[in-house]
Amino acid sequence: MAEKAKSDERFKKFGTVSFTSLTKTNDFVDFLEKGQIAGTRCKDCGRIFFPPRADCFQCLDSHMEWYEVTGNGKLVSFSKLEYGPAGFQADVPYCIALLDYGPFKVFGRIGKEVPEADIAVGMPMKTIANRLPNGQLNYVFVKA
Amino acid sequence: MSRVAIIGVGQSEFVRAYPGSVRELAFEGFKDAMRDARLTAKDIQASIICSAPEYDKQRSPAGVFAEYLGLNPQPTFYVESLCSSSSMGLRLAYSLVKSGLHEVVAVIGFQKMSEISSAESQERMGRGADIQWESPFGTMMPAYYAMYARAHMAAYGTTLEDLALIRVKASTYGPLNDKAVYRKPVTLENLSNPEDRMAGPVASPLRVGDCCANADGSSCVIVASEAKAKTFCQKPVWILGLGAATTSVNLAGRDLFTGLTVAREASRQAYQMAGVGPRDIDVAEVHDCFTIAEMMAYEDLGFAKPGEGRDLIRSRATYKDGSIPVNVDGGLLSKGHPIGATGGSQIRTIVLQLRAEAGAIQVKDPEIGLVHNIGGVGLYGNVSIFGR
Ligand SMILES: [Zn+2]
Repeated sequence: MAEKAKSDERFKKFGTVSFTSLTKTNDFVDFLEKGQIAGTRCKDCGRIFFPPRADCFQCLDSHMEWYEVTGNGKLVSFSKLEYGPAGFQADVPYCIALLDYGPFKVFGRIGKEVPEADIAVGMPMKTIANRLPNGQLNYVFVKA
Repeated sequence: MSRVAIIGVGQSEFVRAYPGSVRELAFEGFKDAMRDARLTAKDIQASIICSAPEYDKQRSPAGVFAEYLGLNPQPTFYVESLCSSSSMGLRLAYSLVKSGLHEVVAVIGFQKMSEISSAESQERMGRGADIQWESPFGTMMPAYYAMYARAHMAAYGTTLEDLALIRVKASTYGPLNDKAVYRKPVTLENLSNPEDRMAGPVASPLRVGDCCANADGSSCVIVASEAKAKTFCQKPVWILGLGAATTSVNLAGRDLFTGLTVAREASRQAYQMAGVGPRDIDVAEVHDCFTIAEMMAYEDLGFAKPGEGRDLIRSRATYKDGSIPVNVDGGLLSKGHPIGATGGSQIRTIVLQLRAEAGAIQVKDPEIGLVHNIGGVGLYGNVSIFGR
């Protein structure tokens, strides 16, 4: 009798609250553990994906490799939330934001240590891995 | 080519908490439209039920409503595209009628947002985006639109006062609309005085006064073939153009943050199909779930060039007596936003305007009207153009 495969729920560790447990991009969490932010690249057509995905709609195939998000992006926009959804109340206030790296963009949060007065659209920022107080992992944007 | 008409429109009052079940709520909008069209249930050959299902306890409400509204044994089915669900329903009704499959179709939108508790609603709001890659950061609808507001301000110098002016316009007309949930006037001072509730922070730079309220409500639009329209209706309103578009749910997949690509693409399609342009529109309803959404709509629909939307509100061009009246029924900001019912309510306003039956908010002699209805944060966009 075949042993029942243990389900891979690594993605439950992503974010203050994760809404996804099973995904083919689970390795993203291992990269985060190592302090790396990673996206995927299609080995067939070279198309770059962030957030990472397992499948290329262009090639209709799934030959992906990981690449690391490095260097600086440009802050496209941000918003400071005074109220959070269920499960996030302990985090408020926090800023969600979008960084433009050129070939791809990254949606996430701005680090708590960045003073709000210093944040401006267009400023260069970098993305770093971050461990949350509840032990979960995410990534945040900090000054370049 | 035979045309497709709207021969009846209706809606319930939009309220904070409807004191009845969802089928009873749907009946309110349906009754209003059926009386308007002077039809009975046997005249309706199919029904399309539109809502965002995450607020429903009833599984598959279409079948339940069809029986309650006397629409058995005719077919019914459910359509969802978040806040633009009933405009998507109109699109499907048009295709059913145009194809000849049915001659008269009812598009029924509803939402009973009070069906679930505030805690449950909070939880759902956290999932109103890309749940795998965005929601784990704690996202909410106002914060996404706030990011568009911030980008618009940074690119064009749009101010918080410009956004407040849009709320002031909405609240000029809200008190005239007996179906609206919010009928109190709002002044610029309300949004600029830090002590005022309207100026309270939600997601910077948006304030309480920049946001529409949740509501319970239903709407109904009755769509008919040209032959049936001429039989049943003295003043049919014709569907001249329909546009619909989509984009990436995750903001990381988008390239424009000072407007909504779905609105630009859907309006391009609708203008082309109708053979008209922005200058031909006499009255419009746009999806002002937030003040910035109306500002972007001015530009995305071509009423103003990108970055010049503020000139329209500053000059009061979008007031009832202006060159392009927008949301003279009070908009979502005054009416409230019962997700699945919203598009049908917008269509109702435009149909009443084109029939010259809009009462106190009647625009002078409009011939062509437009509805802009957006689902999610610019995830789905529907633009519909109507003529008398
Ligand atoms: Zn590929």
